[in-house]
Amino acid sequence: MFRVARYIAAKDLRIELRSRVVVNQVLPFAAIVMVMFAFALNTDAIVSRVAPGLIWLATMFSLLILVQRSFAIESADGATDALKAAGVDPAGIFLGKAFALAVQLLVLEILLLMPAIVLYRARVQWDSVVLLVTTFLAATCGLALVGTLYGGLAAGVRGRETLLPLLLLPVVAPVLIGATRATEAAFHTGGAVVADGWSWLGLLAVFAALFGVGGTLAFGPLIED
Amino acid sequence: METVVLLSKAVAVLGQFPVLAGADLTVQRGEIVLLQGPNGAGKTSLLRLCAGLLPLSRGEAVVLGCDLATDRDSVRKRVGMLGHANGLYTDLTVTENVRFWGATVGAKRGEVDAAMARMGVGDRLADVPVARLSAGQKRRTALACLVARRAELWLLDEPHSGLDAAGRDELDSTLREATRAGATIMVASHELERAGALATRLVEVIGGRIREQPIATPPSTETAGR
Repeated sequence: MFRVARYIAAKDLRIELRSRVVVNQVLPFAAIVMVMFAFALNTDAIVSRVAPGLIWLATMFSLLILVQRSFAIESADGATDALKAAGVDPAGIFLGKAFALAVQLLVLEILLLMPAIVLYRARVQWDSVVLLVTTFLAATCGLALVGTLYGGLAAGVRGRETLLPLLLLPVVAPVLIGATRATEAAFHTGGAVVADGWSWLGLLAVFAALFGVGGTLAFGPLIED
Repeated sequence: METVVLLSKAVAVLGQFPVLAGADLTVQRGEIVLLQGPNGAGKTSLLRLCAGLLPLSRGEAVVLGCDLATDRDSVRKRVGMLGHANGLYTDLTVTENVRFWGATVGAKRGEVDAAMARMGVGDRLADVPVARLSAGQKRRTALACLVARRAELWLLDEPHSGLDAAGRDELDSTLREATRAGATIMVASHELERAGALATRLVEVIGGRIREQPIATPPSTETAGR
């Protein structure tokens, strides 16, 4: 399973390095979303208050594009069928694709976070760095796992482009809430302190673990049908 | 002779519809079997059943010694199916694609290089992204992937479609070469003149059943020897 996951992830990341979709398309899209939020809210006080939520909303929208892209490369020339026909372990496919998606998301988040701190005037202090890093890691794992699972589910269905947001966004709501609250704690937004963030981080970790196990077990029957 | 495919009264159902309705077929190692028949007759379903992609509802089906009623997963690793699509990643080069599919069975780099050389996509084409290949070159790359996967039974659905005359000639010689190397091939095709010259046997699929047909034009010695 892990051998399969390794070469699936390597393949997906190599394709991304060649096509540069994350850097050339998804990152500008996410940046535009964040700037638009700042324009729409206008007042500095409101913007800095809701900054963590805006960062994670921009990440969610980007996730939709990344998941669509991740499965579009499989369906473009019938590779999904070829993977099934080759008897490749579906659990390995799930973990490999989720890992590649997590790496791309993480790069995107790092590139988004820095301008967001400036644009939204967020305050990051040294005592909150550990919480911020672990929050981003746990939330990214959760998003990548659930994105891969629902991406696989929608991939074989007609109208998948419109179906995926409908399926995925409600399911990732706990990640949006948990990651936003934990990031608020790390940014000290609205009087929050770092200690407030750890319980939300726990929620993110449980979410990622549940979808990691569930996805590994369910992905095979899901792509088979 | 070793029996590679043995179907006896095989029934397969898609939804409520029986796509194979009691199919009987025996294929020996090294044969090139042409499946002909009208659209919707069950040719693709027959190939998908043999690939372990379509569940067997009734009857008996044994492919490469694996009983498809109980063990579809094992047969998938030993069978290569090529449909209308090539199953290639267009952003990756020829070498990267063949390496990737070879990795699914743990093929070593030497096996991958040999597969590419055998299908004529080594050297000049090795580092070319698949997106920049012609239709014939993509087809040969897909076949190199089957070789790298050590497929023993090749299931090809309309393999000549989209290829020009030169590409078709290349494909035919590739398939003959593969059978000489020990592969068995089942081809579904509407192009009877082309595929008939290639095949060693012709079977007709009609209404989900199989009928043996005599071959009108046996392959010429000159072409077969290419």
